[in-house]
Amino acid sequence: MITLSILKHIGSYTSLMLRVFTKPDRWRMFFRQLPKEMEKLGLDSLGIVIIISTFIGAIMTIQTKLNTSDPLLPKYSTGLVTRDTLLLEFSSTIMCLILAGKVGSNVASEIGSMRISEQIDALEVMGINSANYLILPKIIAFVLMIPCLVIISMAVGLFGGYLVGVFSDIVSQNDYLFGIQYMFQPFYIFYSIVKSLVFAFIIASVASYYGFYSYGGALDVGKASTNAVVNSSILILLSNIVITNFMLN
Amino acid sequence: MIEIQNVYKSFDGKNVLKNISAIFESGKTNLIIGQSGSGKTVLMKSIIGLHRIDSGKILYDGRNIPDMQFMKIKKLRQEVGMLFQGSALFDSQTVAQNVMFPLEMFSNMTQIDMENRMKFCLGRVNLDESTYNLFPSEISGGMQKRAAIARAIALNPRYLFCDEPNSGLDPLTSLVIDRLIKEITEEYDITTIVNTHDMNSVMEIGENIIFIKSGEKAWEGNRHQIFDSNNDSLNDFVFASDLYKKVKATNNIQESKQ
Repeated sequence: MITLSILKHIGSYTSLMLRVFTKPDRWRMFFRQLPKEMEKLGLDSLGIVIIISTFIGAIMTIQTKLNTSDPLLPKYSTGLVTRDTLLLEFSSTIMCLILAGKVGSNVASEIGSMRISEQIDALEVMGINSANYLILPKIIAFVLMIPCLVIISMAVGLFGGYLVGVFSDIVSQNDYLFGIQYMFQPFYIFYSIVKSLVFAFIIASVASYYGFYSYGGALDVGKASTNAVVNSSILILLSNIVITNFMLN
Repeated sequence: MIEIQNVYKSFDGKNVLKNISAIFESGKTNLIIGQSGSGKTVLMKSIIGLHRIDSGKILYDGRNIPDMQFMKIKKLRQEVGMLFQGSALFDSQTVAQNVMFPLEMFSNMTQIDMENRMKFCLGRVNLDESTYNLFPSEISGGMQKRAAIARAIALNPRYLFCDEPNSGLDPLTSLVIDRLIKEITEEYDITTIVNTHDMNSVMEIGENIIFIKSGEKAWEGNRHQIFDSNNDSLNDFVFASDLYKKVKATNNIQESKQ
């Protein structure tokens, strides 16, 4: 039964994506929607990205220092570990898991509300490909914005580590700055951005799928929202293993 | 004119529409009436093409929807306007933007022409300029319905569908909406199909009425014939309210006096 249900979801999701990735009825309308979605899904997420990244960068520096107090370890290791953790995992995977909650629930509830209030039917009756009109700008906008969010998260996270290191005197400014530059591999940033692009697609498309096929009332839109967040999080974790294995192994 | 012939529709093996045939003439308000759950909305959605029927024909001036390819159905839908039960105005757009939306999607009008058309349509449904920049949540239910009618007629449709146009409205506003639908139908010679269980609407605008009972057409006629029908199911529906029992009794007394 579970296998059948999963197959059914995969089938419905695929057919929805086929409807989404077609030529828009009016490019003018698409390009009008795109900046709005970039603002709503990307710019409006900037606040939470900055807050969380700053604090996580700071906490990571404190914890790394506590756990690497061995005198044999070089002093710059705190900055090095903080940098690599932020670049490899936090700013892409963990940040996207957080954004799956914020952006995923936003997208699923918006489209779900449109479904139950017959706004999607209204688009269909007008002869508009509702999936394409509603979902394509969201996916493209979020995929375009996510590299910016990831890079900002990395920068702000490192800055958070710097602040706590310098102000609480657990690591010297020079050691921290040396650590975050030591053996720096630009490939890590590329790897992180590639992952985040995939995750952004998963978040926007899975949330749209659950919203688009929601039915009933407000309670069902809430359920669709929850399902969107849970399932996109699971898919992010699964695809993280696949991409990491493919790119780093 | 829309003609449906021997339409069947089922969901998960359960027959919801059974052998329904009817003709909906242009320039007239055609009503589909029946109790809740009788299949009215399924019939309307099947006629529009939102539900794919199991068998039968749905002819829009001779064009059979079930035989049409997706792109042709899409094209046909640009000739269709629809007023939904809950208005279905786009929350994120103002009243003016809602009305201009179909024009922006499907016409090659200039911005000025679109604005003129929007003003004309909103004027036609008696919405003044003060409502243009308001969002649907900022206007009353009756105004939302009128804005939705304006949006439905923006592209000069040949076919107008109204699903429960009076739901959630007070009797006076319902009357205004009913009259507006009738006026627009006659003025633009549109084929209008209204889905309702409101007897006031039936008596106000019912020029051609089909009564659906458990997915089957149980009666067909007009508002003048509805009180004289011998159809038990229809009588149960019509005379559920004491008001119409009294109306019929009064009519009978007047007829016997004459």
